Amino acid sequence: MSVGAPKIPVRVAEVVEVNALIKRFRFVRRDGGPMPVFSGGAHVVVDMDDHGTRRMNPYSLMSDPADTSGYEISVRRDDAGRGGSLFLHRHVTPGMDLVISSPVNLFPLDARARKHLMIAGGIGITPFLSQIAALSRLGGRFELHYSARTRDLAAYADDLTARHGDKVRLYLDDQGQAIDLNRLLQGQPLGTHLYVCGPKGMIGWVCRTAESLGWPKSAVHSEEFLAPPVGLPFQVQLATSGKTITVGPAQSLLEAIEAAGVDAPYLCRGGACGECETDVLGCDGQIAHNDHWLTDEQKVGNTKIMPCVSRFQGKTLILDR
Amino acid sequence: MGLEFNDETFRGDYTFRNSAKAIARFPFPFAEDSYMYSVNMEPHLPGRPGSVFEHMFDVDEHYVAEMRDRAQVLAEDPLRCQSLPHMTLAGWDLLELIMESKARDYPQWFSLTKDGNRWHWINRPLQIEQSFTFLDETTLPYGPMEYITRQTQGDFTLQDQRDDNLWIEAGMVTTQADWSLDFDIGMSFHEWHAPVPLAHEMRVFDRALKFLLNLQLGAPVRRFNWTMTVDPLLDTSPENYPKWGPSKTTMTPETIGHRQHLRVELQTLHRLPRSNAIVFPIRCYLIKFEELVTVPKWARRLHRVVRDIPDELATYKGFIRNKPLMLDYLSKYDDGAPTSPGIWPE
Repeated sequence: MSVGAPKIPVRVAEVVEVNALIKRFRFVRRDGGPMPVFSGGAHVVVDMDDHGTRRMNPYSLMSDPADTSGYEISVRRDDAGRGGSLFLHRHVTPGMDLVISSPVNLFPLDARARKHLMIAGGIGITPFLSQIAALSRLGGRFELHYSARTRDLAAYADDLTARHGDKVRLYLDDQGQAIDLNRLLQGQPLGTHLYVCGPKGMIGWVCRTAESLGWPKSAVHSEEFLAPPVGLPFQVQLATSGKTITVGPAQSLLEAIEAAGVDAPYLCRGGACGECETDVLGCDGQIAHNDHWLTDEQKVGNTKIMPCVSRFQGKTLILDR
Repeated sequence: MGLEFNDETFRGDYTFRNSAKAIARFPFPFAEDSYMYSVNMEPHLPGRPGSVFEHMFDVDEHYVAEMRDRAQVLAEDPLRCQSLPHMTLAGWDLLELIMESKARDYPQWFSLTKDGNRWHWINRPLQIEQSFTFLDETTLPYGPMEYITRQTQGDFTLQDQRDDNLWIEAGMVTTQADWSLDFDIGMSFHEWHAPVPLAHEMRVFDRALKFLLNLQLGAPVRRFNWTMTVDPLLDTSPENYPKWGPSKTTMTPETIGHRQHLRVELQTLHRLPRSNAIVFPIRCYLIKFEELVTVPKWARRLHRVVRDIPDELATYKGFIRNKPLMLDYLSKYDDGAPTSPGIWPE
């Protein structure tokens, strides 16, 4: 369990098939009370009991942050993933009870921005939906550039265009449309902040382009949740609790620690926030550092590990847990 | 109902005093017989009935007089309250947090009713009644942060979070232990803590920042800080140092019990919902040495803490000059008996 924020017991109020790959889920509090207000770009961790396997996946909140009657997330089905999205798609139906975390924001808008320039790819549209709802209420200036494979897969594009008109530009891969990023980034007023959420390749492309055009690092924001990668099973010794655990092929190290009944901190479960950082007491082998948190030096030194996404191959790994 | 508010002053004739009830609920900050810096944060959960932890924002017998003192400070120096333009939303978050907490925790004094964004606020002790539109600044006589912190004890700073750091970019600071909002505004976390000795070497601030960046909505935390103040002056600001600094030189063995105060700050930290900013309320409690020594455990322990504190800390906290005088006074109340763990009286 993490730093003490209350978990929210919810009931699934609605499940909507948005397109062939994406379903939208609406959660309301089981006790009928209001949800906390949140800030655009926040996510929650959804706690699932997948037939005996505990899955906790982060999803961006896409509903209006001021709407306290419920929260909505959109989930893209990942047929090759570890199973969280498949569980939501196949087994979660209206009326079911789940538990979600309180909202956490690792992708907030910069309140100083004169203009918010948003670039979304595919399911990466979700955090922008809540941000746009908040900006619309407060009169903030924004522009969204949204790319998707096909019109059918461009979730919420019609609704966004209807509401916000020419503040929204859509780019469809199958029609050969692509964002003219150089031109877009060169034509922005001073004080613009850039936000990107989408596939890894797109985030890298946007950040590199912005850097080469001289955008200050502090004006460029991205969010990428890493799904914990699958891999070979491995053994880990937990020195503080005196246990030796085996991490399964489709299990994360954090999940294996939790399954062994050991209390470990976490927030994002996606390698971004740093909360689960753990001291490595002994390492004979290779840690696959998959996180965005540790510095390159720390990664080489093998003195820290982020158990939410990182794995190990070798003889011995001893952690301070 | 219940509590009367003291008619007292924190300047001039200094009529401030604690009732027996206020002494019994004083937040004595030392859980053991010695003191060193630590991050020492714990969840700010509703606590022991009657204590300063009972509610999210404690309202005590000094409320009305403290608000009167704040208004005087602001009239003389409006820069004690500042909010950079992008912090207005955080100000609304704070206004909502305080109004909802007070109306829930002290319904006899405060009331908040809402009809959508049309809100109606009643503050009976200060005789204020206000209808306004939430998130519309033009409907309040001040900005949202200033409006609500003119009605709430303690200093407040609002920190924006960006670039993996916290930036102090708004605040109401009139009861401070010798630091200046006007000087610090716009600084990052390590910048505004730069003057603190020893703690940097201990990496206290690195750890505290990491902790705060992940502070969660609905999970506020608290810690204590403390210093020493001669005369019950709330506004010990650098701006006014010439007015209060010299008072340290005029204390005598005859006046120390009445003039020397232990100054305790109950500091809490809350993540704010709409702005993702963090609010840092710093609530100041004063107690005269002669009041404090009526609790034998506290008298013994304060003597031991002051006796054993490193000189760097006594210097930073501004009482090294009067440390011998304090020890002479406090030693009379320390018979060497063991003290029980924790902060509460025995």
